[in-house]
Amino acid sequence: MAATIELQVNGKKLRANADPPRSLLSVLRDDLDLAGTKYGCGEGQCGACTVLVDGLPQRSCQTQAGDVVGKPITTIEGIEQDGKLHPLQQAFLDVGAMQCAFCTSGMIISGVSLLRRNPNPTPAEIVRFMDGNICRCGTYPRIVAAISNAAKMLKEAAK
Amino acid sequence: MNEERIAGIEWEPERYELQVASQYHFNLNRRQFFKALGSGIIVVLVLHDCEVLAQESGVRRGGTPGQRLPQDIGAWLHIGEDGKVTAYTGKVDVGQGSRTELTQVVAEELCLPVTSVRMVMGDTDLVPFDMGTFGSQTTPQMAPRLRRAAAAAREVLIDLAAAAWGVDRKELVAADGKVSHPPSKRSSDYGQLSKGQKITTAIPDDLSTTPPDKWKIEGQSVPKVDGRDFVTGRHQYASDMKLAGMLHGKVLRPATFHAALDSVDTKEAESLPGVTVVHDGNFAGVAASTQNDAKRAIAAIRAEWKSQPQPSGREIFDYLKKNSTAGDDRSGHSVGSVPEALAAADKKLAQTYTVAYIAHTPLEPRAAVALWEGDKLTVWTGSQRPFGVRTELANTLRIPEASVRVIVPDTGSGYGGKHTGETAVEAARLAKAAGKPVKVVWTREEEFTWAYFRPAGVMDISSGVRNDGTVTAWEFHNYNSGGSGIRTPYEVANQRIEFHPVESPLRQGSYRALAATANHFARETHMDELARLVKMDPLEFRRKNLKDARLGAVLDAAAQSFGWGKIKASPGQGFGIAAGVEKNGYVATCAEISADRAKGTVKLVRVVTAFECGAIINPDNLKNQVEGAVIMAIGGALFEAVEFENGRVLNPHFSTYRVPRFNDVPTLETILIDRKDLPSAGAGESPILTLAPAVGNAIFDASGIRLRSLPMIPNGLKQEA
Repeated sequence: MAATIELQVNGKKLRANADPPRSLLSVLRDDLDLAGTKYGCGEGQCGACTVLVDGLPQRSCQTQAGDVVGKPITTIEGIEQDGKLHPLQQAFLDVGAMQCAFCTSGMIISGVSLLRRNPNPTPAEIVRFMDGNICRCGTYPRIVAAISNAAKMLKEAAK
Repeated sequence: MNEERIAGIEWEPERYELQVASQYHFNLNRRQFFKALGSGIIVVLVLHDCEVLAQESGVRRGGTPGQRLPQDIGAWLHIGEDGKVTAYTGKVDVGQGSRTELTQVVAEELCLPVTSVRMVMGDTDLVPFDMGTFGSQTTPQMAPRLRRAAAAAREVLIDLAAAAWGVDRKELVAADGKVSHPPSKRSSDYGQLSKGQKITTAIPDDLSTTPPDKWKIEGQSVPKVDGRDFVTGRHQYASDMKLAGMLHGKVLRPATFHAALDSVDTKEAESLPGVTVVHDGNFAGVAASTQNDAKRAIAAIRAEWKSQPQPSGREIFDYLKKNSTAGDDRSGHSVGSVPEALAAADKKLAQTYTVAYIAHTPLEPRAAVALWEGDKLTVWTGSQRPFGVRTELANTLRIPEASVRVIVPDTGSGYGGKHTGETAVEAARLAKAAGKPVKVVWTREEEFTWAYFRPAGVMDISSGVRNDGTVTAWEFHNYNSGGSGIRTPYEVANQRIEFHPVESPLRQGSYRALAATANHFARETHMDELARLVKMDPLEFRRKNLKDARLGAVLDAAAQSFGWGKIKASPGQGFGIAAGVEKNGYVATCAEISADRAKGTVKLVRVVTAFECGAIINPDNLKNQVEGAVIMAIGGALFEAVEFENGRVLNPHFSTYRVPRFNDVPTLETILIDRKDLPSAGAGESPILTLAPAVGNAIFDASGIRLRSLPMIPNGLKQEA
């Protein structure tokens, strides 16, 4: 018998089949049409599948969907609010912090989570926090710059 | 037959018949497409006898380097009655920024904002034939083509306005999507001018395009087109596609490379509900409604494989030399007498350099979605060669190419690693059996194992030098990795240069800059060794043997910015320099490292790169490409290697195959030299060339340890000493 679970994704309650146990990544992409979260390695090594669970970054390929029932989940599709980009999304565009952009969703989710816990990160802190996310195109310095710029934008907005 | 095919296309035939010999390549769909474009202005181009250099790859089939292009006709550009401009190209965007750059080119000549131009890329039913996105050809070949197509359309618009208003076309100005006649203050937008007409035009020979020093849109750092779709997760890569009723496919993989399927039992898999099993020749695969079901079904297949013993990583370089063939004439080069020059040289040096097989590891693994509608097959896939994949599908499925449409959405990178159509063929075969659309996405392990690799190689160099620093003899042999960038840019009177192909034990193919990386590593390391031998500064030594002004300019720019010769290395600190050229991209790198011999650690501290590729179309995108190439190069230089044993890859995961991460990035400085007087060259590849030798030379400078194998420090400096 199919076991239906209810997930809270981007502020919406969504139902999915989780029997047999499946990864959150598979549920998001295959069932919930939230394909912005990417498969990059399936072993938690590249960060392309990062989502926020309870506000904390989590590798959705390593997360069982059944384990996050009742917890708020944010994917890249939930970062833009009312048609307005998050400052980090805007900073990615301003800095040109992408090439093929396949890593971008995971980078932005990780970066948003960093900025929530540390609104004023130094470049070294950004590097340390982001080191689990791979960009094969090598846009790392631009991503560091984008996160720094977004921190400034957030500070301006808070004034 | 030809007559029938031409019938649906409305332009005067003699224009292109003069240029086109026989073989038309278009088909029913193309014809329908032309009809579907409706009225407006269509710029067509006839490709005549155009030899495009096929990029030399590790795989050789004894053919000529060039391949004849099909004699194809297609539309490059359409301006609709609504004024919408659409340009068509077979090039794809795998992150190198081609969509943005080509949009700029079209916008420039049509005097439009970039937002008014839409590029249709890599859709074989809609775009003119294209060999593929490789060899850094988008900028030097496709950009001028589209520039001319746009200029041709602009001239037609001016003609239309001149005729409509009865004025001299010289008094007309095209700007901001309008043609205006300032003396009479008349103006009309592009769409209105072509209203009710269907005008097709070829590109005239005597067409002038805007010179780089007059560019307004080209030459600007236009941000990535559709960038918002990427930062919001809305962009659909091939692996994100979902069609109604779509199944997930999985393929049974052999136990080892080159294994033959001896026996296969699919009974259990077939008994699973909702699973389609295909066993056809050496292919066995399944399709099911979920990935989990597909995985279970594959696991239920019992297969026996017949494997042969195969060379392993530890013996690969001996193997390559022992199994090499005679020099390949195509890249061979001989001048003067190397033996005589060696005999007369003040000092001689013979050294061997090696590079390992490495994997492209595009972050988006190979992916395809296949849909059959009757006999018509459509495949969405991430590939650098949409038309190549179309041919592969037609050949393997034994259907006409006209029945196959390949669509390549902007793809999660390639680096030369996505020239083939494996997932396209797999998804198409499974979809045919299942009667439903099928998606196949390779796992990271599959991508690491069943894609192809950058060739491993051995480079032997034997050289002679006078005490004044003049290189007099240069003998260079490359085994297996390839002939790209094999010639030395230095002035040497006596040279013998040869590439020796080998039947590679691992599947190998293209990679960003191909063998030019291996050849530059060997050459620029050897040049450093020669400089030390005659006790000259490595920069001065290079300058002494160099006449190429463009290469000299990047060397000087990098050295100056780095402070070469002005700063002194402290203990444990080392500086290295290297330079090179490939496909008209000139690059020089200065690197600073710190080494701790006791601990065996090396840290890349600072890299200065100077790059020149003619007139710069998009400075920030170019800078991004240079930075990206440098960072990618760090992996191959320091730690990336495919480990393999007897037909198996031992490290097919990111946890065991290390790629550059945030923490590996040094302080980067990038100097771009804009030569508006020179044609623009591609830049996705050549900036990767000189990082490895510059770093190796810096390691020697710091530690006295000369590293001649890539990767240089997979296990730290200590083990290599």
